[in-house]
Amino acid sequence: MQHRPDGGTKAVISREALQQLIEALSAENCRVLGPTVRDGAIVYDEIAQVGNLPAGWTDRQEAGRYHLERREDDALFGFAVGPQSWKQFLHPPVETLWTARQGDDGISIATDRSETPIFAFIGVRACELHAIAIQDRVFLDGPYRDVTYGMRRQDAFIVAVNCGNAAATCFCASMGTGPKVDAGFDLALTELIDATRHEFVVEVGSEAGGDLLDRLPHRPAANADLLAAEAVIARTQSAMGRRLETDGLKELLQANLNHPRWDEVAARCLACGNCTSVCPTCFCTTVEDHSDLMGSSAERIRKWDSCFTLDFSYLHGGSVRTTASSRYRQWMTHKLASWIDQFGTSGCVGCGRCITWCPVGIDITAEAAAIRATPQSRKGEPHGGT
Amino acid sequence: MKAQRPRLAVWKFASCDGCQLSLLDCEDELLTLAGAIEIANFPEASSLILDGPYDLSLVEGSITTAHDAERIQMVRQQSKFLVTIGACATAGGIQALRNFADVDDYIAAVYASPKYISTLATSTPISAHIAVDYELRGCPINKAQLIEVISAYLAGRKPSIAAHSVCIECKQRGAVCVMVQGTPCLGPVTHAGCGAICPSFRRGCYGCYGPMETPNTAALACEWQVLGATPRDIARVFSTFNAAAEAFRKESKAHGG
Repeated sequence: MQHRPDGGTKAVISREALQQLIEALSAENCRVLGPTVRDGAIVYDEIAQVGNLPAGWTDRQEAGRYHLERREDDALFGFAVGPQSWKQFLHPPVETLWTARQGDDGISIATDRSETPIFAFIGVRACELHAIAIQDRVFLDGPYRDVTYGMRRQDAFIVAVNCGNAAATCFCASMGTGPKVDAGFDLALTELIDATRHEFVVEVGSEAGGDLLDRLPHRPAANADLLAAEAVIARTQSAMGRRLETDGLKELLQANLNHPRWDEVAARCLACGNCTSVCPTCFCTTVEDHSDLMGSSAERIRKWDSCFTLDFSYLHGGSVRTTASSRYRQWMTHKLASWIDQFGTSGCVGCGRCITWCPVGIDITAEAAAIRATPQSRKGEPHGGT
Repeated sequence: MKAQRPRLAVWKFASCDGCQLSLLDCEDELLTLAGAIEIANFPEASSLILDGPYDLSLVEGSITTAHDAERIQMVRQQSKFLVTIGACATAGGIQALRNFADVDDYIAAVYASPKYISTLATSTPISAHIAVDYELRGCPINKAQLIEVISAYLAGRKPSIAAHSVCIECKQRGAVCVMVQGTPCLGPVTHAGCGAICPSFRRGCYGCYGPMETPNTAALACEWQVLGATPRDIARVFSTFNAAAEAFRKESKAHGG
């Protein structure tokens, strides 16, 4: 995270140099992770070579629908975003916080942090950089710093990619989070592919990024290369599948807590929690304590939680949010409104995952637009808890 | 400590024995379990049967005969803490399909000499007959969850067992949603516990663990139809191991089941 911009150096590298980049990061004992095809989707997993990247694949996404298609070229990053985000590595779904053992000398408590890997992420999109920045604020700012998140995050090397494709569910442009990467990366790639070439414009975002670029075969970017890269981003910008009007959105939602739309969406909402799992900014966790059969050891485990479960709002005597409408409202108004009160930015980066990976295709942009179209009240009304 | 080990009994009612086998299948933990608890009455494991009362009873199976309806009362009377295990005990099991048909037709279809069969017209969960202290879902139950329930009992704590959807487990293990890729799946309305086994093998969930805490089966069934499922498919998928669980029964019925 100690990225120092290197004067925005821009160079051009080949596909072969990208292989060398992966090898160089591996040689530095990084756990190199990037997009790869598995189970009919582009997921993030171990990348040993360029050949593991999803060459020639693209994703077709709609509300509640996702499938892969072959591209006409061999682009490595010719897709939008898959079901997973980098959250699964920086903020893992299940994490043992500590274990306790009862020995002859009393109780000993251990936290095993020896295995914290140094991550290298290949192919981080602009929306995802913003999501990581949002989780950084949640976990690292303020007096209660999340130690293990900080350990995983601090040395992570980030190779970003400017998007060459927008999915039908993408709306980063209206959230101001993409498609062009602006900060938070070590190196940023823009893929240039046509009949005559397959190259990458590389922008340096940190000293570490500059050092690595120096070790790769590269040439200075010509003006034509930079123009071509800008054209890729402009084309993606204009191909956004969706839009979310953010003007006055916080006030609008907070003034419409009893809008009938919450019940309408609840009729469709499965309260399954998929939207919160796939969201790259949702950070809520639950903590489970387990003891063994002999009562000689215990462990505390942190797991991703979801505001769509009953346990999430279980206070003394019962759950506060028993209806699906109250839970959907909690999720959406937190994401788009009270997140701003809490952390200073929206909690939404416009990646569209909650739309694509909702089994029944509930669309956060459509829900917000529906409330905007028929506002019920101008003043905040008391929260209807259930 | 061993002198005061709590006493365990395992009881079988109408069932396939698979859930009891989950206990025997806890190979790594079995000796530890036997050290922590006195296995006083577990006919499937030992012919040595010690008299009650018992501190902890695990009850497998549903109530399908008049004899069992009486026997479960005796089990309750002898048990301080009673846990039902598996879909039969918690929801009536696959044999609850009789609840929605003429049981005599089933008997005639299955048995060569129906006259020897004496059975009730329904298969009902244990909780329909006695007070139950904890229900562990699944067909069969997950042995890690069984160990968790027993460990929690021994420590006097609440078991860490979630009642939310399978989807949350599915995402925790990094599986790709099969439903969004076109395969109908019951995961969004099904109680977690299995660890999302079927979706991780690219199959739709078929609901072994029964309804999750707040199942919106109508919305899911609607989406199943969009994916090409017929009303008959939907009626059938909600009529398996947890057919008599209220939410699943209602949805099955709504599609002609």
